[in-house]
Amino acid sequence: MERVAVTEAAASLLRELTAEHGPLMFHQSGGCCDGSSPMCYPLGEFRIGASDVHLGDLDVELSEPVSVWMSRSQFELWSHTHLTIDVVPGRGSGFSLEAPTGQRFLIRSRLMSDEEAVRLDAETTTE
Amino acid sequence: MAIYAPPGEAGSVVEYAPRYDNWIGGEWVKPVKGRYFENPTPITGRTFTEVAQSGPDDVELALDAAHGAAPAWGRTSAAERALILNKIADRMEENLERIAVAESWENGKAVRECLAADIPLAIDHFRYFAGAVRAQEGHSSQIDGDTVAYHFQEPLGVVGQIIPWNFPILMAVWKIAPALAAGNAIVLKPAEQTPASILLLMDIIGDLLPPGVLNIVNGFGVEAGKPLASNPRVRKVAFTGETTTGRLIMQYASENLIPVTLELGGKSPNLFFADVADERDAFYDKTLEGFTMFALNQGEVCTCPSRALIQDSVYDGFMADALERVGRIKQGNPLDTDTMLGAQASNDQLEKILSYIDIGRQEGAKVLTGGGRAEMEGDLAGGYYVTPTVFEGQNNMRIFQEEIFGPVVSVARFDDYADAIKIANDTLYGLGAGVWSRNGNTAYRAGRDIQAGRVWVNNYHAYPAHAAFGGYKQSGIGRENHKMMLDHYQQTKNLLVSYSDQAMGFF
Repeated sequence: MERVAVTEAAASLLRELTAEHGPLMFHQSGGCCDGSSPMCYPLGEFRIGASDVHLGDLDVELSEPVSVWMSRSQFELWSHTHLTIDVVPGRGSGFSLEAPTGQRFLIRSRLMSDEEAVRLDAETTTE
Repeated sequence: MAIYAPPGEAGSVVEYAPRYDNWIGGEWVKPVKGRYFENPTPITGRTFTEVAQSGPDDVELALDAAHGAAPAWGRTSAAERALILNKIADRMEENLERIAVAESWENGKAVRECLAADIPLAIDHFRYFAGAVRAQEGHSSQIDGDTVAYHFQEPLGVVGQIIPWNFPILMAVWKIAPALAAGNAIVLKPAEQTPASILLLMDIIGDLLPPGVLNIVNGFGVEAGKPLASNPRVRKVAFTGETTTGRLIMQYASENLIPVTLELGGKSPNLFFADVADERDAFYDKTLEGFTMFALNQGEVCTCPSRALIQDSVYDGFMADALERVGRIKQGNPLDTDTMLGAQASNDQLEKILSYIDIGRQEGAKVLTGGGRAEMEGDLAGGYYVTPTVFEGQNNMRIFQEEIFGPVVSVARFDDYADAIKIANDTLYGLGAGVWSRNGNTAYRAGRDIQAGRVWVNNYHAYPAHAAFGGYKQSGIGRENHKMMLDHYQQTKNLLVSYSDQAMGFF
């Protein structure tokens, strides 16, 4: 059971970015302009705090999984949806690591079943 | 009606250079590593120029120039600075059409908006802050008979500014004008989606400022934005964008103990009370336009009225009329002055909007009109176009809670006043809101009860200088577009002066 998944194209880009920048993390943005984009940073670059929720870890065949985070207030509005991190051609603003490659991580969403939602609510940890 | 020729083609009023360097110290400076990135127009998807892909070394060069210029610039009189701001405004006005067409070409927005709103507002913004700084006064306080506290405004020094892509010139000017008026030197990084129109503007106005006072460094956020935002040589950072980058900028600022101003977007409610439909008159027509304002600038506005809340008792009739108005939106070539809805600014923006339309459908929201990519013909086929889209749903759906930044409005009903305010405030954000009512008491109370920094009452999407703009809640910190922005770019110097000859008596 997981809240967040990754497409093979995004996993491949994550492996490339890890080779250049080391271990990575995501923090899901909100708000305008490039809001709604999953922002990819070197692990530890973005300071996670008590206001964040750990959505999951992406296994992309690296020595360390890529952790995915979102602010708690935003999570309350997103928790009924399952997220998949994908990648499309584009040029995002913000400080996300993939921008110079001409690609942009993108969130795709689907509704979770009631059963999934109940099980995940019990599992989601806050760190 | 007129259709402008694309920049660079025969008959065009404006031409972009094939390549742009950074603007540092009053001249064009090649990026240290010699790298450039391609800049496509969202109108056709094709590249029209390339722009410096800067890194930390380029940011340091710009900061060197800014620090070289800041002391002398900070000592100029308000009158001297105001004169320069007014000259910039005059020069822009003489070149309004060129700048407008260039901005439309780079951003994809309908050129009529550049001609009638973006560029005239930018011009006025320089004039406003020229006037505001001339009229600014410090204050003095008499502490006792022999002691006076004088308060002077002094510039911060060198400031960093990071600009969004939805209004490449106007949002830059919202930050440049108050910072310059207040006597600061600037290092500015435009958005990587729209890096060139501001450089074209520097070709037009660059000679009016002393070298080094305004420096522009282009590049990607992680390569050029971060070295600027985290730099110990800037005394303040201003940013417009989204929440995660906003937090990161605050994090860097905490390391340097400097202030930030942030504008991070919203999910603005647009409330229509039942009495708007009491008559079929000019005001009713205005409210229908107010509903349709979600499509202005392709929805790429931080205050896009992307949640329309309509009172139940008039819902069906109002929506029928509103949809008829939406149906009259003319989408097409942004360089056609009749076009109302142009192209989204980038491919990833297009993809994001389509992903929201998808989750909206999955959550059970009903598509009343639109709901997909607009397929265009000819040269426009490679551009990024979305049909104006109206969803009907519930406020807890994600399309009601997140800024889609596209021509997409999510519509819901409310029962009574309390229900309207509850839904309006049920959001993480508080940047903009609209209230429509013929009853002044209702409109006033709603305007005060909505937790947002800007509430338009019986109008929407007006951005005159001298009306403060900024967010409540997670929408940010600070107020732009008003003389109070001078405070965000100034220190307060207190001289505490004793006019007494007598020792205090402690030692």
